[in-house]
Amino acid sequence: MNPASRLLLLIGPLLLFLAAAYLVPFLGVMRWSVTLPEPGFGQYRAALGDPLVLSVFARTLRICAIVTVLSVTMAYVITLLWVRGGPAQRTVVELCILIPFWISVLTRAFGWLALLSNKGLINGWLEALGILSEPLTLVRNEFGVIVGMTHYLIPFAVFPLASSMRTVDERVLMAARGMGASRMRIFWQIFVPMTKPGILGAALVVFVFALGFFVTPAILGGGRSVMVAELIYLRIFQSPNWGLGAAISVILMVGVGLLLALLMRQVRQGGAR
Amino acid sequence: MTVLRPGPIAVALAALVAVFLLMPLVAVIPVSFTPTRYLSVPEGELSLRHYRALIENPAWASGAWLSIRIGIVASLVATGLALLFSLGIWMMQPRFAGLLMGIALLPMVAPPVVSALTLYFFLISLSKVNGFIAYDTWAGVAMAHAIMIAPFAVVLITVALSQVDRRIDLAARSMGAGLWTRIFRVILPNIRFGILTAFFLTFVLSWEEIGVTLFITSVNAVTLPRLMWMGLRDNIDPAIAAISVVLMTIVVLVVLTRTAIERRRGKDRG
Repeated sequence: MNPASRLLLLIGPLLLFLAAAYLVPFLGVMRWSVTLPEPGFGQYRAALGDPLVLSVFARTLRICAIVTVLSVTMAYVITLLWVRGGPAQRTVVELCILIPFWISVLTRAFGWLALLSNKGLINGWLEALGILSEPLTLVRNEFGVIVGMTHYLIPFAVFPLASSMRTVDERVLMAARGMGASRMRIFWQIFVPMTKPGILGAALVVFVFALGFFVTPAILGGGRSVMVAELIYLRIFQSPNWGLGAAISVILMVGVGLLLALLMRQVRQGGAR
Repeated sequence: MTVLRPGPIAVALAALVAVFLLMPLVAVIPVSFTPTRYLSVPEGELSLRHYRALIENPAWASGAWLSIRIGIVASLVATGLALLFSLGIWMMQPRFAGLLMGIALLPMVAPPVVSALTLYFFLISLSKVNGFIAYDTWAGVAMAHAIMIAPFAVVLITVALSQVDRRIDLAARSMGAGLWTRIFRVILPNIRFGILTAFFLTFVLSWEEIGVTLFITSVNAVTLPRLMWMGLRDNIDPAIAAISVVLMTIVVLVVLTRTAIERRRGKDRG
């Protein structure tokens, strides 16, 4: 058996399977964006000229930006304790990260419904304390979506942050201490800049994930704050305009592709250092 | 580790984040004991009616069983194909390895909704020629899951392979071992933990998969997450709280056991 046929024998099955069941149908769907209802770039013009589509894009970018900032910040705080805390703290933090990570997205969204809905725990407490007479609308709106997505994405931000915090050279911190820098100064002027690649990596991972989110916004947004993924779903299944749905999908894919290229560059630069 | 050990402020902030992470999980517990038929917090009286509903309504058991079957088939297929692929890349180091890897990882990086559409239309067209691997059948769902989870297996097995010392493979080869001897007798024993991890992770991913399943099933192939989704969308059914508590208990037990085993191992090593 020559090397070429050996190679094909090993890598062939997966590639064939993916090509037949994913790649070809994928390109087929993408092609609709320039063929339905008529050949040409009409659907892209329609998508980019439609105020509804544009407002969904704007909302998606806004929600993703807020979610990215929130989840990376919260992940940084908890990762710091995971990497630099004492043994007991590390175990507790690890459990707080791993348990939500392994629990299904549906259970987690349901938990937020139980907390935030009009008859939920938070409104119940606030009313019992006499702070509120009318329940606050915390869910089935953008607020609920942001809370749910942030909660889902924190563990994904923790892993890149942890790996970059672990590479920080202890001696640099000791040198700073030796020269009389305060704890605050060591943290803000040395530790944080040294973990910048991790922060950027975590932000990109979270942003890319958030862009294509479907399940959490559909449950916690209640159809009111529609994001791109749900818009694609609506254009394909509810009010069929397959060409437009495909065009929006292509725009989303291009955005995700660009961000991933950025992430790869980041990873390579990090590795080269 | 004496420099920059987290002070009280850092610990307090981390505790707030931990509360945020655990809060929705804890909130599910009281709701699951509500005596009412709608989402509410029990006042006084507790009831097990929603747990009883899980046992009495056969839909839950059949959903769970379907999810297990699909998960096993999908993760076996995905791990097997991913293993061959990763071995090929590692052993032959072909040109365009980066490009091939990119294709293999595409379902993982593409937005799930785009993958869902793709698989929906593919399964619809398969339905026209056969009734087995088709829209709304268990085999169709297993195939779609295998595609979605295969990239994760590729990543895990590739990482495991990257830690294998290439020289042991070269030694086997120079002593005349053939391709299959090298794979089965030399490489596989070195990455068996990675393969097991890949199988376990892909099973869990399939067991929890909802983004794609939502599009490719309607009334026949109702997996457990699909069933939960139906109870979440319109009238929120407290049975979702009960099933969530059951699933969370499993996760917590597994994670706690794993942590305990790792701590003991750490202590043994000194």
